[in-house]
Amino acid sequence: MVIDDLIEIAEKEKAARKPCVVRCCMAAGCMSSNSQGVKEALDRAVKAAGLEDRVEVRGVGCMKLCCQGPLVQIDQEAPGATVEVQTIGKGPLYEKVTPESAASLIETIKGGSTDVSAADPQHPFFTQQFSIVLANSGIVDPERIESYIAAEGYHALHDVLREMTPKEVVDALIKSGLRGRGGAGYPTGLKWATVAKTASAQKYVICNADEGDPGAFMDRSVLESDPHAVLEGMAIAAHAVGASQGFIYVRAEYPLAISRLQTAIKQAKQLGLLGSGIFESPFNFSIDLRIGAGAFVCGEETALMASVEGKRGTPRPRPPFPAESGLYNSPTLINNVETFANVPAIIRKGADWFAGIGTEKSKGTKVFALAGKITNTGLIEVPMGTPLRKIVEEMGGGAPDGGTIKAVQTGGPSGGCIPAAALDTPVDYDSLTKLGSIMGSGGMIVMDETTRMVDVARFFMEFCMDESCGKCIPCRAGTVQMHHLLAKILERKATLRDLQKLEELCDMVRSTSLCGLGQTAPNPVLSTLRYFRQEYLDLLREDALGPGANGHSSRTTTPAPQPAGGN
Amino acid sequence: MTDMIATLSTKKENRLGKVLEHASGDKRFKILEAHMKKHQFKHDALIEVLHKAQELFGFLEEDLLLFIAHKLKLPASRVYGVATFYHFFTLKPKGQHTCVVCMGTACYVKGADKVLAAIEEKTGIKAGETTEDNQLSLLTARCIGACGIAPAVVYDGTVTPRQTPQTALDRVKGWTSHGN
Repeated sequence: MVIDDLIEIAEKEKAARKPCVVRCCMAAGCMSSNSQGVKEALDRAVKAAGLEDRVEVRGVGCMKLCCQGPLVQIDQEAPGATVEVQTIGKGPLYEKVTPESAASLIETIKGGSTDVSAADPQHPFFTQQFSIVLANSGIVDPERIESYIAAEGYHALHDVLREMTPKEVVDALIKSGLRGRGGAGYPTGLKWATVAKTASAQKYVICNADEGDPGAFMDRSVLESDPHAVLEGMAIAAHAVGASQGFIYVRAEYPLAISRLQTAIKQAKQLGLLGSGIFESPFNFSIDLRIGAGAFVCGEETALMASVEGKRGTPRPRPPFPAESGLYNSPTLINNVETFANVPAIIRKGADWFAGIGTEKSKGTKVFALAGKITNTGLIEVPMGTPLRKIVEEMGGGAPDGGTIKAVQTGGPSGGCIPAAALDTPVDYDSLTKLGSIMGSGGMIVMDETTRMVDVARFFMEFCMDESCGKCIPCRAGTVQMHHLLAKILERKATLRDLQKLEELCDMVRSTSLCGLGQTAPNPVLSTLRYFRQEYLDLLREDALGPGANGHSSRTTTPAPQPAGGN
Repeated sequence: MTDMIATLSTKKENRLGKVLEHASGDKRFKILEAHMKKHQFKHDALIEVLHKAQELFGFLEEDLLLFIAHKLKLPASRVYGVATFYHFFTLKPKGQHTCVVCMGTACYVKGADKVLAAIEEKTGIKAGETTEDNQLSLLTARCIGACGIAPAVVYDGTVTPRQTPQTALDRVKGWTSHGN
């Protein structure tokens, strides 16, 4: 494989394009609403109408507006022209398509009409998106490498291998300001630099695709919609740090993502884009999949590496950090799916371009999975610094059925609840930390006035209690006790002393746990206590606060957010 | 599992010999062994091997775990430790049908707890249990990543969107002897 081969594949793919492209979402959300059946019906309808020469029916990845699936979009050009990648996505996006209604969509190509409703392309949900990671999502066919190559895929890998030294790649990443998208936000370039300068004959690159936060499905969508971008990002990283072997640790709960990754790895190997002597350079790199087995703690990097080694996924103390001694005691670079998916675009378009997007300390975009009590659920990608209000009220369309938004939960069980009063906060790493929540991997669950915050805190604590690996005592025993206290509060049996005990335990577990799971487990409790303390007080025993104090409070349940809290 | 622990301390029962004898008459053990060979019997392939074993047998019974330990030259405690650590592995047989209620945050705030409660009430079993007639296993998932279509339930491997207690009961009806 040389660059000319790559260009030839791209040209051939472009030449084969037809004037009309019908894209049908084949990501997990729509597939569970039978988009497979819709695609088959579309194929049949095209055949029946004799339009095979003009119309291509393409299975693609996530088209973002998951709540209205199955989604089908039809782009067509004047006869003689072909639909280019740049102009794709302008045609009508049909919602809730069924196999029965699919034929009428094909009729529209011939000038007919259809009863199927189409989404408004001018809705902020679409117009406010800024796609880097999701640029190919819903456009390319994730099961065909040619489709990715035609969208400039693997060009960045070529440029890196043939024209850049590893140091230049690391420098570009540092300059871009990219920070880890898994939640903690550690500067990616610095991490790469540490692995690169650690001397070792064997180094590893690991992609953390163990998306365990309940309510988060960004990484799943990226893997299902554009798996090659992740492979390319990993290969670029491997070149930069001097690794020859990569692993993708992916959850067993994501069978479609696993199968798409297997297909993608096979195709990349066949074309020589993975393997030895890639682009006729001395660079060798292969990627193996490791399937998780359902343990939330394996999202923690040292636990994940133990799991890759076939052991119980328990974390170990750091240092040594994985960058110095990780998988099989070798220097290991470990990044999240979305982080790797950003890399090819950064190389292709330049570090300065990337650094120009976002805020001073948080560069680029972030993908969020918008879910819960909100009208438009689905995937959004917005520049860092976008106000939360814009995301949930404009793009998400607010709470459904005239409800009011009470809080937005970010960061899963490690995060917190941001009250509606703080919706004007810009979404970036530092602002969310100040509010007592975290950016997290990108799950954003909207809650309305029917959601009881103490119940939410108990829900997350139950999660952490079940998922605690049991290695360190503060987390193993502390989460059980905190869950017990929360349950007691919900049963209206708790006293002020119990509440006080809960707060003490939060502090203890946070300060003394071994890994991120325990250290962040109190966050949902602390953030709901901070903004919705009255809900806790209202649930205390009748006699807990003294006569007349309970249930007659005029205190607001949502005090204004304080800058720079306990974090 | 008390059986297994006892076996480890009382070697003279020749448990392993019995396991291997049992294995020799079952084709699935051969397939499993071929899979281990593909991984060159490496210790770090243990989780992959357990995945394969569960795929072949439906669940991980004691003999199977001892067989894997023997073939990979790992202590039985290590195999047992890994098999019980991960939620995905089950040491008990599953029912004919499975119903997995997603209890992720998005599904939860949209009423997955009510869906689960309705099924539990109808079938008389709790999450994690199997009906007495072995027809239905009721399970919960942490999050299946189908948050855009919450609440989601997986019936026999098929993810089904926007469930209510009623749609869920309609679906599991007929899977249980007293479910009508």
